[in-house]
Amino acid sequence: MKIAVPREVHAGERRVATTPEVVKQIIKLGFEVSVEAGAGAAANFADEVYAEAGATLVSDVRALWSEADIILKVRAPEQHPTLACHEADLLRAGQTLVAFIWAGQNPELLERLAKTGATVMAMDSVPRISRAQKMDALSSMANIAGYRAIVEAAGQFGRFFTGQITAAGKVPPAKVLIIGAGVAGLAAIGAAKSMGAIVRAFDTRPEVKEQVESMDAEFLMLDFKEEGSGTGGYAKTMSKEFIEAEMALFAEQAKEVDIIVTTALIPGKPAPKLITAEMVASMRNGSVIVDLASEQGGNCELTRPGEVAVVHGVSIIGYTDLPSRLATQSSQLYATNLRHLLTDLTPGKDGNIVVNMEDEVIRGATVIKEGDVTWPPPPPKLSAAPPKPAAATAPPPVAHGHGHGAKPGGSAKSTIGVLIAGALALWGVGSVAPAEFMSHFTVFVLAVFVGYQVIWNVTPALHTPLMSVTNAISGIIVIGALLKISTSSFLITLLAALAILLATINIAGGFLVTQRMLRMFQK
Amino acid sequence: MSAGIVTASYIIAAVLFILSLGGLSHPETARRGNAYGIAGMAIAIIATIFSELVTDHFVLVVVMAIGGAIGFYAAKRVQMTEMPELVAILHSFVGLAAVLIGYATYWSDEGHLMGAERTIHEVEIYLGILIGAVTFTGSVIAFGKLRGKIDGKPVLLPGRHWLNLGLGVLCLLLGKYFLGDGGAGTLFIMTLIAFGFGVHMVMAIGGADMPVVVSMLNSYSGWAAAATGFMLSNDLLIVTGALVGSSGAILSYIMCRAMNRNFISVIAGGFGTSGGGAVAAIEGEVQPLSPEETAEQLKEASSVVIVPGYGMAVAQAQNTVYEITRNLRERGKNVRFAIHPVAGRMPGHMNVLLAEARVPYDIVLEMDEINQDFPDTDVVLVIGANDIVNPSAQDEPNSPIAGMPVLEVWKAQTAIVMKRSMASGYAGVDNPLFFKENTRMLFGDAKQSLDSVLKALQG
Repeated sequence: MKIAVPREVHAGERRVATTPEVVKQIIKLGFEVSVEAGAGAAANFADEVYAEAGATLVSDVRALWSEADIILKVRAPEQHPTLACHEADLLRAGQTLVAFIWAGQNPELLERLAKTGATVMAMDSVPRISRAQKMDALSSMANIAGYRAIVEAAGQFGRFFTGQITAAGKVPPAKVLIIGAGVAGLAAIGAAKSMGAIVRAFDTRPEVKEQVESMDAEFLMLDFKEEGSGTGGYAKTMSKEFIEAEMALFAEQAKEVDIIVTTALIPGKPAPKLITAEMVASMRNGSVIVDLASEQGGNCELTRPGEVAVVHGVSIIGYTDLPSRLATQSSQLYATNLRHLLTDLTPGKDGNIVVNMEDEVIRGATVIKEGDVTWPPPPPKLSAAPPKPAAATAPPPVAHGHGHGAKPGGSAKSTIGVLIAGALALWGVGSVAPAEFMSHFTVFVLAVFVGYQVIWNVTPALHTPLMSVTNAISGIIVIGALLKISTSSFLITLLAALAILLATINIAGGFLVTQRMLRMFQK
Repeated sequence: MSAGIVTASYIIAAVLFILSLGGLSHPETARRGNAYGIAGMAIAIIATIFSELVTDHFVLVVVMAIGGAIGFYAAKRVQMTEMPELVAILHSFVGLAAVLIGYATYWSDEGHLMGAERTIHEVEIYLGILIGAVTFTGSVIAFGKLRGKIDGKPVLLPGRHWLNLGLGVLCLLLGKYFLGDGGAGTLFIMTLIAFGFGVHMVMAIGGADMPVVVSMLNSYSGWAAAATGFMLSNDLLIVTGALVGSSGAILSYIMCRAMNRNFISVIAGGFGTSGGGAVAAIEGEVQPLSPEETAEQLKEASSVVIVPGYGMAVAQAQNTVYEITRNLRERGKNVRFAIHPVAGRMPGHMNVLLAEARVPYDIVLEMDEINQDFPDTDVVLVIGANDIVNPSAQDEPNSPIAGMPVLEVWKAQTAIVMKRSMASGYAGVDNPLFFKENTRMLFGDAKQSLDSVLKALQG
């Protein structure tokens, strides 16, 4: 099948849906690849490099679309600036389009695409389950956005991120607050941290605390019992009381920190307003806010999507195209995500895709199947982060420290019970048994106790030698056979001789192999 | 030699045996301990041979020479990976010897004793043969299973508990009949039943429970020796048998605890049959890794923990593991080994293999010593282990291995699991570890993969 990669037509979009490296890998799956001339230029991938990788370069956009079986794009189809037609009109039945679609926000587009009779797979609808992580383009893009957010903030911020003591005086480190510790938030934490800033993070989902702390950032806790984990690893809307407590925390932090990066998004809803105008006013002059939710309306009341607004001396960065601003990197990751999806779609590795609606990942990504709208998909079976922490169901830990003198001891009560029962049994035996037996019995019981005390001191590392040495000394049974061998009865002599043979094998074998093993133990 | 000197020799031997076991508390004193054991055995045997009770020396010396030679040969030839088999077959010898001595005693002592003494003596013979016979066939089957000659899967006959109970009751009834002048025929039938009992018991136990079986049979061989001691009124046999018996019992207890299993349920057999309740299906995908990438990960790590399992023994990879360890240690990395109590097929099996490969014992740590260190570990290398690193034991209450203490390797930065394929372990339980985000799978034969890793480290 033929894959076409057109140039992105959205104003300012610099990404491209495939890279020369990925072209090579897709060709290995059995596909032919055509790339529109100049498609990768903005992301620093020259046409010649695509050609070297095995792609055909096509200048005629209409021909590119019409000859292809699969079209890979970044942005959803939109009005083509030079062809004077909508990209959706270039699509026809039998073709498959893979791109970001945002079906929830763009119902008309979905309708329009469905009419063409084509199959459409939305990279934004890939379910967030662990198996699909390698094709999770949202995470790839969020990661880049988080990183770029800090780079943009650093561009606007007038000071160092890191603290320094120089001959010219002391420089305090910048304080960064990250709201929402999802993929973007964590990427921002990592970037800010590596530039030397003091980083704090807040999230409504308590399970991310560990992740935040693992990156050496401080996790801000609300003293409030409510869990914010929704399905699919996203956050959900919180109660009014919770939001009030949260806002109080932000108001307090706003006075202290230099940079705020907000990444709070709730799927299918406008972004929650977390940073009010008063909070912005309370921030120091020269502070920076980066609002990663600006496309969904912004987490800050003063955000102007796509622009940098300066209010009360605070720069509020509302860029909606952060991944595009790191076009080489984001094209690489997005292309790799697409390649993984194609690999899953091509089970035969023969260049023919199979849209298997039984496959949870493919089902989730497919928003239109041959002209039928299949969005929204059924909910994912398992959340990426199980809502119940596993520790709650784990059984109590087993007593530690065996083999170091620790001995099993039930409660005192049961020990006493065993002792009484044992004493009664002994009296029972003693009342009928002859004296000679009882004296042997004394030896036996004492030997069991000695054995018990001695064996608990054996280090577990030497358990195998212990077994072989006990094997050897249980060969002491040879004495029994030795005592029986001197009789006139042939049968008894035979039995005894056999027993001696077996026991001697044990003695010789057991001691020698123990010796051999122990010689190997060295520091 | 007078009876007094013989008894004195026995006392000395008993003390030496106790010292011998006591010496095993530390690798440094262990060799001296073994020497004590040899000395004790020599004193006991010489004292017996030269006592007034033994007159026929010719047969005895010939047979002992043959037996000694066989034992010597076996001990020299055995591979360290085959230790469980050797131990199992040696147990069976003790069991069979106890049976033979039982019969010899029965036929030589007929008509000597009367009344309660006779009854007690007959009970001793009966019990000695019974325990010996169970130990014998049980050990033979265990040997076959460890060798792979008998399928390691538990063989579960329908109504096996009733069968066991029936056999037990039958043995009791036969015993009663035997005491009332049943004669050698009764003894013979009982021996056959006990043989069958031993076979049935070990056949029903799965491969993962082998460490328990081996230590349990160790214990039985001790009790068989002790019973023989009662039979012959010989205190040295009683003491030694009791020492060995309690040693095996403690080992069985430790093994059971390491698997969070009840001793009775292990003996009753059938691993993984009592799970009950649905186990959540595992979501996710494994992430394979090449040996070269593994070497890169190891080069970048500063702290490495190696978790060996039975797979390492099967692949005979311990020497390569040592070479890798040495290479990493020369690079200044902190390399340690984590040993689960039931790793391998017998208690302490991994320690012996690593010792054979010259891994210093002070970097080989027990589960309890190292479990809390995993969060600070960069790379964990799991070699042919499965159930002992299975997180379901902690977070999946319906799992058949729920509650078993496990090595928490998933808490490390990266866990690299070396495995032949995606098959489940002996417990037949899927392992969510393989699907964790920080887990990488290195597929292939452990020896070959490790050789490639070593080459990449050296090159």
